[in-house]
Amino acid sequence: MSTAAEPAAPRPAFKPAPPTPYQVMMREDRPSGVFLTVLAIVTLLVPILHLAVPEGHVLHLSGYTVTLIGKYMCYALLAVAVDLIWGYCGILSLGHTAFFALGGYAMGMYLMRQIGTRGVYGDPVLPDFMVFLNWKELPWFWHGMDVFPFAMLMVLFAPGLLAGVFGWLAFRSRVTGVYLSIITQALTYALLLAFFRNEMGFGGNNGLTDFKDLLGFDLKHPETRIVLFMATAVALGAGYFTCRAIVRSRFGRVVQAIRDAESRARFIGYRVENYKLWLFTFSAMLAGVAGALYVPQVGIINPGEFAPINSIEVVIWVAVGGRGTLYGAVVGAIMVNYAKTVMTDALPDAWLYVLGALFVVVTLFLPRGVVGLLPDLKHKLQTLRQRRARAIST
Amino acid sequence: MNAPTSMGMAGRFGGAFGRVLQRRGSSSAPSLDLTHNIILYVEGVTVSFDGFRALNDLSLYVAPGELRCIIGPNGAGKTTMMDVITGKTRPDTGSVWFGQTLDLLTLGEPEIAQAGIGRKFQKPTVFSEHSVFENLELAMAGDKSVWKMLFARLTPEQLTRIDEVLETIGLKDHRSARAGSLSHGQKQWLEIGMLLMQDPALLLVDEPVAGMTPQETERTAELLTSLAGKHSVVVVEHDMNFVRSIARTVTVLHQGSVLAEGTIDEVQNDPKVIEVYLGEPRC
Repeated sequence: MSTAAEPAAPRPAFKPAPPTPYQVMMREDRPSGVFLTVLAIVTLLVPILHLAVPEGHVLHLSGYTVTLIGKYMCYALLAVAVDLIWGYCGILSLGHTAFFALGGYAMGMYLMRQIGTRGVYGDPVLPDFMVFLNWKELPWFWHGMDVFPFAMLMVLFAPGLLAGVFGWLAFRSRVTGVYLSIITQALTYALLLAFFRNEMGFGGNNGLTDFKDLLGFDLKHPETRIVLFMATAVALGAGYFTCRAIVRSRFGRVVQAIRDAESRARFIGYRVENYKLWLFTFSAMLAGVAGALYVPQVGIINPGEFAPINSIEVVIWVAVGGRGTLYGAVVGAIMVNYAKTVMTDALPDAWLYVLGALFVVVTLFLPRGVVGLLPDLKHKLQTLRQRRARAIST
Repeated sequence: MNAPTSMGMAGRFGGAFGRVLQRRGSSSAPSLDLTHNIILYVEGVTVSFDGFRALNDLSLYVAPGELRCIIGPNGAGKTTMMDVITGKTRPDTGSVWFGQTLDLLTLGEPEIAQAGIGRKFQKPTVFSEHSVFENLELAMAGDKSVWKMLFARLTPEQLTRIDEVLETIGLKDHRSARAGSLSHGQKQWLEIGMLLMQDPALLLVDEPVAGMTPQETERTAELLTSLAGKHSVVVVEHDMNFVRSIARTVTVLHQGSVLAEGTIDEVQNDPKVIEVYLGEPRC
């Protein structure tokens, strides 16, 4: 009885299941989907290979390797933070390791206070370096740092506050481009000099080290190492996912609009300085989290982390990977750092030259970084395949 | 031209209150008071750059719904005037009021844009990495605070509005094209489209037909004429044919102040104008 006006309404139509969020991501943003999948696999595989596979077996992962991968993940998170502001908003920060180091110091302070009487001087409250300096009581900013939740709050708060104040001053005065980069560089250098001083109360040039345990777990235990590793992986995944959500929101589109035509964005009615400030502060907090996860894995934090060269290196990772794509930042951070690990082992003197050359090559020939090569390759493969198909058919 | 001045003075009593409302308001045109039938007051504005007077005691009044053309030789201060109105440049002296209550000299560029003044630049500036659709989406009127934008979703009405504007500016087939890949004329149109999305009470349009083909110029003229009435439109243009085709009132700027004002014929026959434009064709 159906007529043309009622198009097959009662027919039990085959309804495909709605796509899962994972399927949607794989379809719309394949690189992100691939990255998060790989990350999940690594997160599950590494603990098995480290703990369950017996030592001496081919597949056994040494503690050194686990920590190394954990370190790379911290760097990747830092690179994502830098890419978020540089790749998407055009703010080239040459001082982002300052925020990384501040997060690291906050974690380091907590770990120092956990040492307790096990230090060389056995003082229940004062860390060794304070006893050594003949200090009688804890400086005010060390109070509360023995409480884990408070210390973790500081991991976010210290970099966030610095970025907030700095950003408020810089963006309100419309400092942009090279000038902003130079100021960020000066900022991290100033912090480097300040943290070198013993009177600052952060352990001077030795920094904070000799950590014993975290939340009561011995840092030297394989299980602790694995938990730290997994926490880092989760932080990287969550950080990546949040950044992805940010850049895909309308906020993200406004931010990219600011990157491309700042005054136009203003004349449309966007308060550019607010947008920059929020993004910059968020990015700094992310860098702080990366630093906080880095410190217990490497076992030390010292003022060297503030060195301007470190910040420049991060920018190179992002440039090599491909700025303006979050997965590019991750790829770049891991590739360059892996190269660094191999190179500094084989040819320690050559590394800085290689790094410099890499930056020049990428700037000149790969403006979209390594990940920018992929679409090109795909395109070439496709044309090749088409040509072959045509050749066969004729 | 004396009457609007005194009205402007009277309007200033509401200034502080108007500003409070403006801060709190989130819609595109909060508390625009047009009781004296003037939307824009520019009074005695002087701007100097290193001793050079770009604007010299400039006074100008625009009525609601008016289509005003501003012409003048290079360096007459046309663009500087737009900079002052939109908050980019602060004048040394003078006052600029939007309606009776909004003192534009106390507001920044985003606030002025939110209050209802849209601007099209001389060189078309669109967001080149965004699609045509996204450019319009970004320009859309509404609350533009950080938190709103983080969770903003397009409503069906907003989608319809964007499609309407795409239709109007003839870029329907380029909806998802990268704005940077458009031709010069299409970019001009897209920028006009962005102005439409902003839905401002006052549009400032700087040389809209520069680099356009004659057909495109004609369509632009039609569009601007159709906008007048609902919006006030101020157009700066060099193309005299274009000015003739759209203008009801023409203001001639010269050396930073108003030289003449009237219909296009009055202005073109004004001896002062002829003197300034001596040697320029068709004037």
